[in-house]
Order: sequence, then C-alpha cells, then structure tokens
Amino acid sequence: MAEAESLAVTRRWLPEALMTLAVWGSALLVAGIFLWLLGDLLWRGAGHLSWSFLFSSPLNAGRAGGIAPILVSTLLILGVAVAAAVPLGLATAVLLAEFLSSHSRFGRLVGLSLDVLAGVPSIVFGLFGNAFFSIFLGLGFSILSGGLTLACMVLPILVRTAEAALRAVPDDWRLAGAALGLSRTAALRHILLPAASSGLVAGLLLGVGRAMAETAALIFTSGYVDRMPSSLFDSGRALSVHIYDLSMNVAGGDGNAYASALVLIGLLILINGTSLWLAEHWLNRRILTP
Amino acid sequence: MTQAFDRHTLFFPETDGEAYTLGPLQSGPLCCVPEPLIRVTNLSVSYGNHPALKDVTLDIYRGCITALIGPSGCGKTSFLSVLNRLTDMIPGCRVEGGIRIGGQDILAPRLDVSALRREVSMIFQKPNPFPLSIRRNIEMPLREHGMKKRADLDEKLERVLTDVGLWAEVKDRLDKPALALSGGQQQRLCIARALALEPSVLLMDEPCSALDPLSSGVVEDLIGRLKGRYTVVIVTHNLAQARRIANYAAFFWLRERVGTLVEFGQCRQIFEAPAHDLTAAYVNGARG
Repeated sequence: MAEAESLAVTRRWLPEALMTLAVWGSALLVAGIFLWLLGDLLWRGAGHLSWSFLFSSPLNAGRAGGIAPILVSTLLILGVAVAAAVPLGLATAVLLAEFLSSHSRFGRLVGLSLDVLAGVPSIVFGLFGNAFFSIFLGLGFSILSGGLTLACMVLPILVRTAEAALRAVPDDWRLAGAALGLSRTAALRHILLPAASSGLVAGLLLGVGRAMAETAALIFTSGYVDRMPSSLFDSGRALSVHIYDLSMNVAGGDGNAYASALVLIGLLILINGTSLWLAEHWLNRRILTP
Repeated sequence: MTQAFDRHTLFFPETDGEAYTLGPLQSGPLCCVPEPLIRVTNLSVSYGNHPALKDVTLDIYRGCITALIGPSGCGKTSFLSVLNRLTDMIPGCRVEGGIRIGGQDILAPRLDVSALRREVSMIFQKPNPFPLSIRRNIEMPLREHGMKKRADLDEKLERVLTDVGLWAEVKDRLDKPALALSGGQQQRLCIARALALEPSVLLMDEPCSALDPLSSGVVEDLIGRLKGRYTVVIVTHNLAQARRIANYAAFFWLRERVGTLVEFGQCRQIFEAPAHDLTAAYVNGARG
C-alpha cells in the first residue's frame, strides 16, 4: 500500500511542480508589472504630490501649480458618463437577458452591434462625439459632450457584463418567482438584480476604468481648457488629457505628469473600493447566502 | 378502507384565511367528494415542432391528491406546468385543448396569469428558496400581492411555518439565510411560501426526489396532511409514495415518442386492478 502510494507520487511529481510554477509565476508576473508601474510613478511623482497640488490651479501650462480644476472636470465628465450609461446599459442588459430568448433575432442583432462597438478605437468615438454632440447637437467643447461620448464608449462593456451577470443568476429563482405570481419587475427588483449585483458592479468598474483612462475621445469633445468649469457646458480638461499634454507638449512638465498619474490611479482605487463596499453592504444587503 | 368523510373538512370552506390552517394528520378517506375542480379536455402540448403530450383528457378532483406516474419524458411535467401556465415562459411552447379550473378557462389569452398562479401554486423538484432570509422568503411575495401590515405578515409567517412543521425549527433564526437550511427544510419552506398565498391547488413536481430519505419522509407526511384542504397534483417516480398518499393516479406513457395518458382512476384501482396491460406492467415493475 505504502509502496503504491510512493510510486504514484514520484510519477506525478514533475508535471505537478511545473504546473504550480507556471500558475504562481504568472500571477507574480502580473502583480509585479503593476507594482513596478506603481513604484515608478511613486518614485518620480510622489515628490510633487501635496495637498496644495490637489487644491490649486495649474500655472505655467501645468509645470507648476496643481490640478484642482482638472480633478473637478474629470469627476464631472465621469459623472455624466455614468449617469447616462448606467440606466441605458442596465435596461438593455435586462432586455437581452430577461425578456428576449438567446435565439431571438433582435437580441442577436443588439449583441452583435455591441460587440462591434466594443472594438471601435476610442479616437473614432472622439470623432463621432465631436460630430454628433459638439456640432450636431450644438453642445460644443463641453463636459457634457465629453461625458456623453464616454457613455457611448463604455456602454458595450456595461451591457455585456450586466447581461452575463443576470444570466448567471439561476433560473430556479425566476421559476420560483413566476410560480408565486410575482411580476417580472418584482422578481428583478427583489431577487435577480440584487443577486447579480456583484457582477453588475464589476462591469461598472471596468467601464469606469476605461472612461478614466480615456484621452483620445475627450480631446475632441470635452477639450483641454484647464480653467475651473462653471457648468456642464464649459470645456474641461480630464486628468488623462492633462497627463498626455504635460508629458507630450510641455517641456519640464514630467514631474507634474507623474504626480497627476498617481492621482488618477489613486482615484481609480478609491472608486473601486467604494463601489465594492457599496455592493457588499448596500446593493445586496438582503441577499443572504450561507 | 373507510368511506366515511366529513363534508366540512373536505369541502373547500370559503377563503377567510383561517380555513386553510392545517389540522392534525387526517385519517384519510379513500376519496373525497367526487367533484372535479380541474377539467382537462384533449390537451396537447408541443415544443417547437416536437409534440410532448397528446390528447389528454382528465378530471382532477377537489381536495384530493392526484399522482401522475410514468417514465421520464412522457409529459408529466409539461402537463403540470400547463395547469398554472408556467409553459408561457418557454419560448415556442404551444398548448391546445381545454383546461377549466373551477369553471374558468385558464388557457384564455387575456387571463390574469399572476392571479392564476396564486391560485394554482407550484413546488419544484429542486427546492428553490430565494437567497433571502427565511422571513423574507415568505413575506416578499405577500407584500408584492398587497399584504403590508406588519402584524398580518407576522401572523401569516408563523401560521404557514407551523403548518409545514418548520416553526419550531426556525423560529429563532428567521432572519438567517434560507439557503443555509437543509434540503428538506428548504422544500418545506417552499411549500410554506406557496401556502402563504392561500392557493387552492398545489402542483408538485417530484417534490421529494432531491431529498434524503428522512427529509423525504417528512415532506411526504406534510403532503399527506394537505389532503382535503388543497387539491394536490403530484408527479412522482416513487410508486410506493404515490400509493401511500394519492387518492387518484394517472399513468402516462410514451407512444411514438409522444406522451399520452394511458389510464386514470382511483389510486387503489390503478395499483391493484389496472385496466391496461401497460399500467399493470409499470406498477408491477415489469416495465419502465
């Protein structure tokens, strides 16, 4: 018995070890790349970071001063994008996952167009946003046109992830709901959406991440004016645009570019953390699994 | 077998809520008042181009337990889900024929399906409590159907959980997850959830087959106690169970790959003196 066991162990030892090495190695590599990037940013940018950097206006084309108006513009653009994309995206996902069968022609058409949209380069979204929101709708270079352009851009991600999250909810609960005479709205509100909430939030975070990182689509729509915006119809410079401008067009702006990048990453981590916490404690507070 | 029956308990009392509270285990009469509640005529069900059930005509009697027996895939579950129009949820499903429940045509296109499903409730093979607390599993559907008062909800909760014999087991953890209960407890919770809406018919699709023998026994006893108060239609592969609890039995079989009803009659007759050779072979374990 003992002999048989030891034989089995020796024979399986090598592939097991290789597999373990590959899995751990890949994970460490991924983590390593992120840490390296973060370390580099910290190394070069942390020195420029201070409270006054966050709360003052840029001076001398961004070489000096801070990023207060840029931070405000970024959050406003993001707010517009999320406010426009989330209801639209959620409604579309509900239609696709709950009301249309996966074979329906219309559903497949919508899905296909979303997949094509997801693959369109952001510069094309920028041109579209410029032509449609800025010129055709007359919104000009404004936070509103920038936000709406971003909304179009993240919509495919939102819809596809939300649809997948809803489809992952077991059919048992839909049947149970129907058998109790619950309306579809009630089932969605009480069971399906809360049960899918962690997937929905994950999709939202992917979308927010993509929106925060976006530069090309914003240059043509929200513009790059670095004054403090006084309304959504003002042009506003997003953080990503600011980083791009400092590192490409402004000699001697590198330090502040690194600091701004650090702020951008910090903001993303903050938003991720808050959303996950909200999902855990608020969205699905009534969903109880053992 | 005793023929004595108490009309008061067997007839459906008017729905004042109280009337649905289960009493002690009934020493059941062989059959109840032979009054059909559900009349099915020439029912056919097909999915896309594939017919699943053909030409079924059958009466289901008020307050009795009717067992549907037969091999897998012979249309028993289809038959069951047509009775509360859950088949509406399956794309491409076509239903022909007539079903009247209490005189009302339930296949009418403009029927209020939600009201029908409150009246004709369904229990599934796999227990499917919502991922909510035990309390909210019962309360949420009640609230959706308009019961808002805290006191009413609490009273209802205790009553239905007592009816399914779960109150003593869960009364101290009503706000704990329903999914943490054992399989048998989950199934009884599902039955309680259905009873809370005061249905008159309970459809059960192999309610015990996903449970261990002990829980299965508990659930079976519970179903037996529903006799007289509710009209129960139960699909089961467990012939001994059908024999123990049912008043009537319907035997389905696959003919040319389409489910058909072979024989319907009092449970005792189906098992002891079947009129059809196929039934005899099946109930004696020779086929199926």
